[in-house]
Amino acid sequence: MKYASQAVAKPYFVAALALFVAQILFGLVMGLQYVVGDFLFPHIPFNVARMVHTNALIVWLLMGFMGAAYYLVPEEAERELHSPRLALVTFWVFLVAAGLTVIGYLSVPYATLAKLTGNEFLPTMGREFLEQPTLTKIGIVLVALSLLYNLSLTYLRGRKTAITSVLLFGLWGLALMFLFAFVNPINVVRDKFYWWWVVHLWVEGVWELVMGAILAFVLVKITGVDREVIDKWLYVIVTLTLVSGLIGTGHHYYWIGLPEYWQWLGSLFSALEPLPFFAMVLFAFNMVNRRRRDHPNRAATLWALGTSVMAFLGAGVWGFLHTLAPVNYYTHGTQLTASHGHMAFYGAYVMVVLTILSYAWPQLHGRTAQGNRSQVLEMWGFWLMTVSMVFITLFLTAAGLLQIWLQRMGDTPLPFMAAQEKIAFFYWLREGTGVVFLVGLLTYLASFFIGVKGSPAYGEAARS
Amino acid sequence: MASFFSTSAARNMFYGGTLFSVLLFLGVTLHTESVLPQRDQRAQIATNPAIAAGKRIWEENNCIGCHTLLGEGAYFAPELGNVYKRRGPEFIKAWIQSQPTGAPGRRQMPQFHLSEQQLDDLVEFLRYVSEIDTAGWPPNIEG
Repeated sequence: MKYASQAVAKPYFVAALALFVAQILFGLVMGLQYVVGDFLFPHIPFNVARMVHTNALIVWLLMGFMGAAYYLVPEEAERELHSPRLALVTFWVFLVAAGLTVIGYLSVPYATLAKLTGNEFLPTMGREFLEQPTLTKIGIVLVALSLLYNLSLTYLRGRKTAITSVLLFGLWGLALMFLFAFVNPINVVRDKFYWWWVVHLWVEGVWELVMGAILAFVLVKITGVDREVIDKWLYVIVTLTLVSGLIGTGHHYYWIGLPEYWQWLGSLFSALEPLPFFAMVLFAFNMVNRRRRDHPNRAATLWALGTSVMAFLGAGVWGFLHTLAPVNYYTHGTQLTASHGHMAFYGAYVMVVLTILSYAWPQLHGRTAQGNRSQVLEMWGFWLMTVSMVFITLFLTAAGLLQIWLQRMGDTPLPFMAAQEKIAFFYWLREGTGVVFLVGLLTYLASFFIGVKGSPAYGEAARS
Repeated sequence: MASFFSTSAARNMFYGGTLFSVLLFLGVTLHTESVLPQRDQRAQIATNPAIAAGKRIWEENNCIGCHTLLGEGAYFAPELGNVYKRRGPEFIKAWIQSQPTGAPGRRQMPQFHLSEQQLDDLVEFLRYVSEIDTAGWPPNIEG
């Protein structure tokens, strides 16, 4: 690494991976509960396992973004981070807040947690992905402000690049949209309308800016391609993202009490949302094809290319499958939704965090790349996780299509629970594949401990 | 990639495109807010405090953690946006009071220890939700 303060990224990356493991363990619990309905009941009811699974995901991805930002902003700005101390304090505040929240979820009934944390004074609990007590949410805002302050000052006082400009735009947007988590009207229609300003405008909006910037940074570093080319691609990608994704929010507004014109607006604009992901595939493969150096970190190159493909398939293609209103009428709120959600999150955000981690971790330890044995293990982890996720998605797609056929179409629709029993076969397949995913994750984690210091074997010298 | 536009041109397209899209989105939002009163049953909320109370119970017990409401939420348990029409108030109360079923292998719902008043409020909330104009969704009564 070029600047000592980049080292603050390390704890963020470590915490991210620990929470990733927790996320997958609770995911496996849920997958089993789908078919063995009373598994761990009443100690860990499904909704509790679910909020741990989803919240762990979101927090570890945020930790990953923060680590990525603390790593790349000083390098891009060509100066030390404004306050490494603040970054470390913020890390502990975030980790402890997240830890206490999860302990809260697991140890007391949710209604008790609401009472203990004073939810009645400013009620923000009880909505999907926003299950955190209001106090935790306030903590998240403070953590975000600290991050933005630290990075913005570093950026303003140093060299400004397209990569850091887009990254900071994305991070400021992320913080701003999170404020809507405090908007919770009694009016259910308005509640849902503004809830999507957090969720959609995060994952189909500003998070894509963060993803694009991180991917561009890694590609500049590993391919050595002229920055001017990468800058232009990045601006095209994020333009496509926001132009399609802002009005594209309307694809969540079809059936929740909003005016019917959203069916047209949402369908038209969200149909374009795969475009930035398609552009990212072209961008990534083009850059690697035109590379000026053979970087010894082949694992990071694989992650970068894989991210663009899986994001396009999971977010772009699977998203497109159910985005048009006449289709969505039947698919809304089914296993098809879950199939898209899993592959989209994994392809876009899990993979981009693992990409920057793959690139930055050896650099943070004075190496250009991990040794060959480590990289081979890391790439095994990549393939096991990625192929598992593809099959998880395919099995949930099958489950979803069957569910839709049985429950929503035809002359004698089945009730929800009866339809669920009929599709249990696919849930078992999904769970088995989920175990393979965990094996992939463990293989990936092993790569941090085995063969790390050896020669990378290909490309340039190991020592930077 | 052809060089028929420069990086600055791309950056300007980003600023312009984003600004235009933000303004358009805000504009449509304003229009939506103005016509919402005709479809969202908000008059009920003002005159019936049970609805607000019921929504708080819905949130504090994290019903969305297993169920969907107007198709949004978790996919473990049935859609509840139209459960008032599907099952009626008495069934809903009796169902909640009698959980968990304890049936081996069946998906289990916790016992939330709700009072009679809380159950009535929750039912009022679910009735209100069932009356929102959702453009004909869901396709049938099963939700």
